[in-house]
Amino acid sequence: MRGDRTLFEELNLEIKPGSILRISGDNGSGKSSLLRILCGLLTPHAGKVFWGSDPITEDRDQFHGELIYLGHIPALKADFSAIENLMSLALLGGQSISNEEAMNALREAGLDPQAHRFIRTLSQGQKQRIALSRLLLPQPKSIWILDEPFNALDRDANRALQNLLINHVNCGGIVALSSHQDLQIDDNARVIRLEL
Amino acid sequence: MSTNASGFKIFQGVIARDLRLALRRKSDSLAVLIFFAVVASLFPLGIGPEQNLLMQIAPGMLWIAALLAAMLSLHKIFSEDFMDGSLDQIALTALPLPLVVLAKTIAHWISSGLLLALISPILALQFNLPMDTVGVLFISLLLGTPLLSLIGSIGAGLTLASRGGGTLLALIILPLVSPVLIFGAGAVESYQSGLGVAAHFSLLGAMLAIALFLAPFASAASIRIALE
Repeated sequence: MRGDRTLFEELNLEIKPGSILRISGDNGSGKSSLLRILCGLLTPHAGKVFWGSDPITEDRDQFHGELIYLGHIPALKADFSAIENLMSLALLGGQSISNEEAMNALREAGLDPQAHRFIRTLSQGQKQRIALSRLLLPQPKSIWILDEPFNALDRDANRALQNLLINHVNCGGIVALSSHQDLQIDDNARVIRLEL
Repeated sequence: MSTNASGFKIFQGVIARDLRLALRRKSDSLAVLIFFAVVASLFPLGIGPEQNLLMQIAPGMLWIAALLAAMLSLHKIFSEDFMDGSLDQIALTALPLPLVVLAKTIAHWISSGLLLALISPILALQFNLPMDTVGVLFISLLLGTPLLSLIGSIGAGLTLASRGGGTLLALIILPLVSPVLIFGAGAVESYQSGLGVAAHFSLLGAMLAIALFLAPFASAASIRIALE
């Protein structure tokens, strides 16, 4: 529910390991809300989200230990450098990574020249790539929930991210993302459209 | 080598993160200290050089100045994380949210309340307080300022998603922290009168213990509501 408007109802979804769910829909149709419900940030008006056989509210901390959520705001601190942000986000997510591992992830994302620059000096696309470089860290979590991850990315970064998502699901991971663009990964994804 | 971080490491990491951010934005902590110094200095200027009167009112004045100065930075405990999306990541951390909130509150106290307590002896000089009384004032602030941060964190969480959160925060928090002011200033006044301070310190300590246990849960609940 948003105010007194029902965003969606009778939604019954199962996301199996090794699969991608793409949520599409117009602005305001509830894509972000659905993703926030999936990761437990938003409580649905009715219904439950299960992880395995248990509702995610049963053992929230264990579920969150398996999850990477990237919202539509990149969650970066303007007064930290790119590498500091990445290490800080990894630690909040329960991963202790070395400087070298963070640097490798940034290098893979093509951001090594910006590693020690403050976030406030970077472009929107670079900020988005720094947030996404969490997905390149060693021992990635199994569930990736990504809200408009392709926003502000150039063509090469867009392609690299789609390849990364395919690799993740090929290794048994789960991806749920929202995007209003048509993507190459749609061939491997289940696409649902939310109507206004 | 990447490893799973223990709960304690995440807890430490949150404190270190917030302290590093406070160091990068020294102006925030500095504004609190300057406000404390200015307010505490206005009273002797307004009242005049009546030494006995200044000594008498010093505990209350310094405590009120510290309380108002601490209020300045309370809304920032969570608001910046809320604005830049970091609060989502904090709510999704593998550590229980009340513990993350406690870590953030500790960092907030170090970057504001502790500094207020540390400069209080210098400001007490203009009230002509004897050194032993200054010591009691310092200890009362050391016990009282963490309470301001803990109680303030509840208000900061409750007012996160509201417009004009700063004013609302003050309206919610000021009545709640009045016992801290009463017993904090009361400890110094009691010492000045030749009475013991143990009762006041015990009460402050008891309030601190209760707040340490309860406030993070209340703040965490208010944050979850704000994120909805």
